Amino acid sequence: MKRLVTLVVLALLVMGTMSVYGQDAVELRFAWYSDGNEGEVVRDLLDRFEADNPDITVILDEQPYTYILEQLPLQVEAGEAPDMARITAGERYRGFYLDLRPYLADPAYWEASFPAAVLEWLRPVGEESDAIHGFPNQFTVTGPYINRTLFEQAGVEVPSDSSDAVSWAEWTEAATAVAEALGEGTFAVAIDRSGHRFAGPAFSSGAVYFDDEGSVTIDTPGFRSFAQTLVDWHANGLTPLDVWLGSGGTYAAAAPYFINGQLALYMSGSWQISNFATNIGDAFDWEAVPNPTGEGGSTGMPGGTAVVAFAQTEHPAEVARVMDYLASVDVYREFAERTLFIPGHQGLGELNYQTELPAAKQALGMFAAEALHISDQAYMLQFGPSGFAINNPVRDRLTQVITGELTLDDAITRIQEDIDTALATAASS
Amino acid sequence: MASIPPTAARKKIKRSVSSPADVLRLVGQFFEAVYQVFVNIIDFLMHPLQNRLGVRGMAYVFVLPNLLIFGVFILLPMLLNFYYAFTGSTNLYPADRPFVGLENLSRLFSCGNFLDPNTCEVDVFWRAVSNTGGYVIFQVTTMILMSLISALALNRKLAGQGFFRSVFFYPVLLSPVVVALIWKWILQQDGLLNALVVSLGQERVGFLLSPQWAQFWVVVISVWAQMGFYTLILLAGLQAIPSELYEAASIDGASQTQSFWRITLPLLMPTMFVVIVLSLIRAVQVFDQVFALTGGGPGTATTYMVQYIYDVGLASQTNQYGIASAASLVMAFFLLLLTAVQLRLGRNSEIT
Repeated sequence: MKRLVTLVVLALLVMGTMSVYGQDAVELRFAWYSDGNEGEVVRDLLDRFEADNPDITVILDEQPYTYILEQLPLQVEAGEAPDMARITAGERYRGFYLDLRPYLADPAYWEASFPAAVLEWLRPVGEESDAIHGFPNQFTVTGPYINRTLFEQAGVEVPSDSSDAVSWAEWTEAATAVAEALGEGTFAVAIDRSGHRFAGPAFSSGAVYFDDEGSVTIDTPGFRSFAQTLVDWHANGLTPLDVWLGSGGTYAAAAPYFINGQLALYMSGSWQISNFATNIGDAFDWEAVPNPTGEGGSTGMPGGTAVVAFAQTEHPAEVARVMDYLASVDVYREFAERTLFIPGHQGLGELNYQTELPAAKQALGMFAAEALHISDQAYMLQFGPSGFAINNPVRDRLTQVITGELTLDDAITRIQEDIDTALATAASS
Repeated sequence: MASIPPTAARKKIKRSVSSPADVLRLVGQFFEAVYQVFVNIIDFLMHPLQNRLGVRGMAYVFVLPNLLIFGVFILLPMLLNFYYAFTGSTNLYPADRPFVGLENLSRLFSCGNFLDPNTCEVDVFWRAVSNTGGYVIFQVTTMILMSLISALALNRKLAGQGFFRSVFFYPVLLSPVVVALIWKWILQQDGLLNALVVSLGQERVGFLLSPQWAQFWVVVISVWAQMGFYTLILLAGLQAIPSELYEAASIDGASQTQSFWRITLPLLMPTMFVVIVLSLIRAVQVFDQVFALTGGGPGTATTYMVQYIYDVGLASQTNQYGIASAASLVMAFFLLLLTAVQLRLGRNSEIT
């Protein structure tokens, strides 16, 4: 009898232990950053996924954007990558991605749903590969916003109301008139501290970064023209100095000035729509306007974010299930509609964006239209093999011109040298 | 010895255990027993080792744990730094990095005129060197002067002496990042200082946006944050000077100024050299506080050597570990030289 009781107790203990182990969910880490409400939305979607898939727990590590730019690459190289991440520089992690294809429910769905150029962007350069490493979860276009209320208060006509092709000089003149009319505390114009943001206006002004062979040359009249415009904005007090001078060597957005109603014209991009819808709402009239036109036409810069999986994961099958879920039509559509993002998915059909705000709807329409006439140079800069080496030297060297450390001539020479060195160093890897 | 009747003994035990002193005694005995067990285990392990290595050899055994930690976290990274300085590419793993010899160092030292960074191939490195030089000169000089003045003032018999000593020391307790953030709120375009400037009817000043102003404030803030520590060292030095010397000087008719130059300063020199060496090394290594305050800007106006190494090696789009490691070798060599010179000078000035 005593032996029987002992056996029953032992059996119960073993069963209990097994059931505890059975309930242990696989834990996946997902590095994420947010411009607006997308962290909140994706968490909500993942909660639903976890409810239907109790064997998987996804820990969303919400990080600042500078972490994605500066820390994540080191983490990945050091072998400490998260299982998944939302990134902007897809080319940066080539060779470190997980090939999801063997684990996906239907790889053909992925190939049909996402642009081939974006899937290719994540693959190793110069190798034949059909690997699927992730999907674009947002498509972005750069372009300007205006604060129409400020134009009205200053009694200045909005140039794009009467012309389809407004130059940067005309916008600067109109915005300056607004700032002068409204006095202290109002700035005419601002652009994010970013080589990517600079590139659209530079291409529109006639800059050509790439020749037919893909070689990079910075010194063109178009580049000089917009670089000089940027320097003049600072020298003439038209732009808040904090953005380019007060943030050291890193990316900085001028969005707070626009949200505070201190800025007439703000050069940024479509990812700000959700931010503005939340933080401005209808406090004043804001809207997106077409990219200014110049010698090089009118182009914004394409961009976006991709959700990718890293090869260092110990749970590739579970990662693929999460990716399949996030890339599925219904989930993707809900994500785009709630975040006010332009989708990178080709099969969603008409979207019903969840905003009643006319400004947000107008901006979404404007950027969708801008996406149709992005120049080849802009695409090459974003998705080409040399693009990674260009934006930061442009940003940092032009800052040195603004502070007076370099002349524009010297800066252009230095940018070219920095790019050549970066490309040579990367080529030796 | 008279035997105690059993009942009396029980009473005695009962009484003794219930008293606090006996409880303490029992606790003490318990810990002693634990200690004995511990010591016996150590002895059991160490005795054979000592028999084998001898008493002298045991010293190495005791040093070993610390040496291992030092080796893994200090020595190994230093050796890796050497290796990286002579290799190229953007690969992180040493085995994936091709050997490039002196190429990184030769790029760093490729300069038309070392005093003009624009003539150098790696111009930002030389800007950082020049910025660091300027920072070291101004920061260390101001710091020593301010610390000395504060120490002299705090050495006098003042009312509320303890309070003032605490006030000067308090910023030392703050984290450099906290110091930077507090001062950022004061100095930014819409900060407290500009509110004052505007209230006086003046134009806003770009305290952190003009290169000269930013360099000025970086020095001021670091002196404010660190001088308490050096004041304390100098104060200890001042208090070690025998008061009889001042009394004798006073009897001989020496003025306070003469006493300062002839007694205080010479006798304070050994302490002063410690302060100079420490503050110089710390000034050359300047990074965290400035990085949080200005990020190295505007432009490269407050980019110092450590930040340059960080930027090039870890924060750029193409991580150039080779150049960053070569730059840190240059900096290490410079620090070594500086320390050697200072120690030599210090030894010569010591009063024996």
